[in-house]
This record gives sequence, C-alpha cells and structure tokens, in this order.
Amino acid sequence: MTDGVRANSLRNGPSASGHFGDGLGGRFVAETLMPLLLELDEAYKQAKADPAFHKELAFYLKDYVGRPSPLWFAKRLTEELGGAKIYMKREELNHTGSHKLNNVMGQILLARRMGRTRIVAETGAGQHGVATATVCALFGMKCVIYMGATDVERQMPNVFRMKLLGAEVVPVTAGAGTLKDAMNEAMRDWVANISDTYFLVGTVAGPHPYPAMVRDFQSVIGDEVKVQMQEAEGRLPDVIVAAIGGGSNAMGIFHPFLDDPSVKLIGVEAAGHGLDSGKTAASIERGSRGVLHGNRTYLLQDENGQITEAHSISAGLDYPGVGPEHSWLHEIGRAEYVGITDNEALEAFQTCTRTEGIIPALESAHAIAYAVKIAPTLSPETLLVINISGRGDKDIFTVAEHLGVKL
Amino acid sequence: MSRIARRFAALKQEGRGALIPYLEACDPDFQTSLDLLKAMPEAGADLIEIGMPFSDPSADGPVIQLAARRGLKAGATLPRLFEMVKSFREQDNDTPIILMGYLNPIEAYGIDRFCVDASAAGVDGLIIVDMPPEEAGPMQGPAKAAGLDIIRLIAPTTDDNRLKLVLNHASGFVYYVSITGITGTRSASDEDLRAALPRIRAATDLPIAIGFGIRTPEQAASASRIADGAVVASALLATLAKTLDPSEQATPSTLPSVLTQLRELAAAVRA
Repeated sequence: MTDGVRANSLRNGPSASGHFGDGLGGRFVAETLMPLLLELDEAYKQAKADPAFHKELAFYLKDYVGRPSPLWFAKRLTEELGGAKIYMKREELNHTGSHKLNNVMGQILLARRMGRTRIVAETGAGQHGVATATVCALFGMKCVIYMGATDVERQMPNVFRMKLLGAEVVPVTAGAGTLKDAMNEAMRDWVANISDTYFLVGTVAGPHPYPAMVRDFQSVIGDEVKVQMQEAEGRLPDVIVAAIGGGSNAMGIFHPFLDDPSVKLIGVEAAGHGLDSGKTAASIERGSRGVLHGNRTYLLQDENGQITEAHSISAGLDYPGVGPEHSWLHEIGRAEYVGITDNEALEAFQTCTRTEGIIPALESAHAIAYAVKIAPTLSPETLLVINISGRGDKDIFTVAEHLGVKL
Repeated sequence: MSRIARRFAALKQEGRGALIPYLEACDPDFQTSLDLLKAMPEAGADLIEIGMPFSDPSADGPVIQLAARRGLKAGATLPRLFEMVKSFREQDNDTPIILMGYLNPIEAYGIDRFCVDASAAGVDGLIIVDMPPEEAGPMQGPAKAAGLDIIRLIAPTTDDNRLKLVLNHASGFVYYVSITGITGTRSASDEDLRAALPRIRAATDLPIAIGFGIRTPEQAASASRIADGAVVASALLATLAKTLDPSEQATPSTLPSVLTQLRELAAAVRA
C-alpha cells in the first residue's frame, strides 16, 4: 500500500478532514451518516496500521484474486502502431475479470473487522457489483446491489452473475437509471440500515475516507507495475494511460508514480459522442467544481447546479463525476486528462482483440484508444503502459449491436 | 429578534409547539406552489419550509424525490424561488421561511450572492442537508452577515461529543432527524422521541423541531409537544401528488386537498 509519509510528496493526501488541495473531496453528507464516516475512518486507520490486516489481505489477493497480474509486452500492437513500446497491465486477469476485486477484498475484510453483516454497493457496468457479490459469497454475507435500470438492461450477463452469487440486485429507475442514481439509492439504503450494513463504494469517489481508502486498495496495481517494469526494462515507465469513470483503476496505477515526475500520467475520460456533443461523461474536461455524492469534485452540471446526465457507450464510465483526487491532480497539472469517443473506443476494442488476443472491457478500450492515438508519435524507447482494467466478455452484446451484428 | 425566534417565543406563550409544513418550489408549477405557500399560514402553518429542488436528493425518500423532479421540470431555480418568497412576504411579514435543500445549487449560484438574495427576498433560515458542520465554514460568514440562521440537523447517530460540535454555530432552531433513514419512510415512536430529547435539550437553549416520518395529526401533535415543533413534508407532498392529472399538472382539487390535510394537522397541534 502507500509509502511512509514524506514531506513535499504528492502521495500524502488527503488531509485529516479528507480534503485534496483547495477544498476538493471532503465529507458532504447528512448528519445521520457523519458519525458512521468517522467510525469508518477510524476503523480504516487502525486496519491500515495493523500488520495482521495486511497479511490477511495479501493472502486473499494472492490466492483468491490471483495477484500479481502480469505486465504484458504487447508486441504486435507495438509493431502495428510503430512507436512507443506498449505494455499492458493485465487487471482483466483478476478473478471476476477486472481491477474491482482489489478494492472489494480490502473493504470486505474491513467490514468484517467492523462486525458488519450486510453489504450494500452501487454498480454501473456491473463489475463492482459482481466483485462485491463474489466476496459476499466467499464470506457468507448478505449482499444488496443497486444498479440503474438502464444499466441492468445493457449488462444482463453481469446481473445474472450477481444473482447466481446470491446477491439481491435492485434496479433503480430514478433519473436516467445509471450509476449516479444507483449511488444515490445505495446511500439511502445505508442511512436506513446503519446498524448492520457496510456501504462498499466501488470507486475513488464519495465522502472521505472512501476516495483515499479505495485508492490505497487499488494502489497494488501501480506498485506491481513499478516492480515489473524494473524487471522488464530496468527503469520506470514513461507514460501510463488509464480509463476514468469514477477513476479507481487510474488512481490505483497512478498513485505509486505521483512522486516520479518523469512518468507522464494520462487519464482517459469517456467523451461519448464527442466532448462538445452534450452527450459525454468527461467530467474533468467538460465539468466544473461541485458537490455530489459526499465530495467536492468536477461534475457535469448545468448553470443552476443541477447534475446533468452523463453519456458513454461504456456503462462503467457513465458517471457525471470523478474522484476528487483526480480533480486535484488535474488542477495541479500532475496528470493529464483527455477524452475518447464511443466510436474510438469501439475501434480500439477491436484492434486490441485482433492484435493481442485480449478482449478488453469497453472501459479499458478508452485507454487503449488513446494509447493507439499517441503511440505512433512517440519514440520506440518510450515505455507506455495501458491499464487493461477489465475484460470485455460482458460487452460483446453492446459491441455486436454497434457493429450491426445480431447474436 | 429574528422572525424565527419571535415565532417560537410567541408559541411558547401560547403553550404549544410549532407546525412546520414543507412544500417543494414549483411543484407542480410556479403558480400552484406560490398559491399553496400563501395559503399555508391561514391553514395553520407556524413556520414554512420550502424545498429547493435538486437533481440528486440522496437523503430523501421517493415522495420528495418525485416532488423535486416535478419542480425541476416546471423550471424551479433559485431566482424563481426567491420570487416566490418575495411575493409571499408582500402579504405575510411574520411567518418564518426556511429553505431546505442541497449544497450544489447554492454553490453554483454563489454562496455570498445566495445569502444576500435569500435574505433580501425574506428568507429566515437554511437547512442544507449535505453540509455537516465540518464543511459549513464557507457558508457561516455570509449567512450570518445576511441575518440567515443555519439550522443544524441532529440525528439519532449524533453522539454527545458531536452534539457540541453540531450545536456550536447553530442558530434559529435545531432540527432533530428522528429516524436513521431517508425522508418519508418510517416513523419514530413517542418513546424514542421522549428518550432522545432530553439529551439535546441539555445541550442547547434553541427550540427543537422534529422531522422525518411525521405523517398523521396524532404524530404531529405528539412531536410538537415532546419537542417545540413538528415538520411534515412527505405526507403533504404525497397528498399533492395524488391530486395531479396524468401529466402531473395541478387539478382543482390540488390546493384544497393539501390545505385540508394541513388544517387537520394544525387542529391536532393546537388541541
């Protein structure tokens, strides 16, 4: 997990009150939840300082999640693009098919330490929901997953998976029926069931301590990349590219490199139909500061401060906000944030599948698409890492539909 | 003395607690919500809460969520809301008006400008659901300068240490969220309320209003006696929703239905 505290480090955030930089992050929740967040903060601090907790987590990460995930040299893609040397961090090989289990495993162990018996979670693409349902099955805990009704429709395989795993999946019809509405509903459930329930947030957003805690659990990705790249090339990577919805896979691979200024960090947001189409999920590039779901961060909103609907072909990126630490990294210029459209992601989805034999999640396809764009402009000595945050089996129906293929 | 303090003092003289009904701005349209607001004092409202519609009311149950959605659909914005309050103040200079909502629309409007404009319109207090004391710093100065009370929320989960922190900058009255849950779902029992109040009383001299889950005249009467006031929101909004036509527009029965219910609540509180 995180290194020891060091002066002038970019890795020390957030403050004790959960803030990043100038007022980002924080704890913007109803009073009923405040004492619970303080309790969670305390419990997490204790766990973080307890070697037994780390030992337990390491055990499950190795033998259940299947870590470490490989760092794969994508030779054919590199040759096809004719530029930077491309590596892929294979998070799609984790159990349940995405990076989500890293965080979920950490939090479920914490929930157990706290004596909670019922887990609620929100999910967009269903990857976090599946990961959560999985650990609930593993530890015999009750599991309720809130999922936007629109997402339930477009992610049927994951809905079925969650049900097989014993979770109750509650479709949320409020709003556009996507991730933000599921998040609202999960928060409502938590506040109504505080005595036995743990809210297992899936991304680096929400009220403190969630953004920091989820980041810590996901930082295993970047920590491994650091070691693996050293083994493969004897040095640090030059560029790291990761897709961003809420931003957990990106935060996990970025964070261990924040104090290595030579490493360029690029977060790829879902531009949807285009950054200026009005149908986008690019909260950093087309949003502004605001308060939603317990934290101050960049949000897609109208001039009256009403949150607008995000759009992306990828259900996992279809969220009008982003983790507050990303907003901060954007404001201080440590990471760069760019947009990739639905069509560019679809194109990259096929390119990756064809050249590497890896079917990536549509979320990860956004990162691949940006790498495809910049790799030819970079020298062959440039080491570029793409975080393949999830596998694309869940997306084949969406992709088939867009390609005009009937399954 | 502020309108809020005057009103609670006067009620104390009368020997009863306050009835505090809630309506959502522009639900189902500007004129209907304005008419309802204007008719509420005569029907027994002692203070009035007006909801500022937000797209993501994460502490609210389905009834207020739908009301907020109708309000937004009908064009609710903060300027429209201030217009409502201004118009109300032309006929009523005594009934305190409290705005209740979420922080983001206020920040988008600008905190300073919001406080100045709200106060100029005749607003007396603010309840900002997702602004705990830890995050209230930026609002405190401008609200105080504009003479607006920031009404603090206390929940069953608020322990004694937190109670001090929460009440530290409280003014106007204190809002006791009587259940751990969202608005308009379950209700606290009288025993729960009787058990909860002394702890808060011991920590503040401000009047205490109870909200969340108060639906019936009996519940309102009892809460207004155990504390100093009872807030009724979802029950009134549910009545309003039932009178709307299939396209969610007001019908001739909309105002009378809500006001009849309000009178029943008021009668019980005054009995």
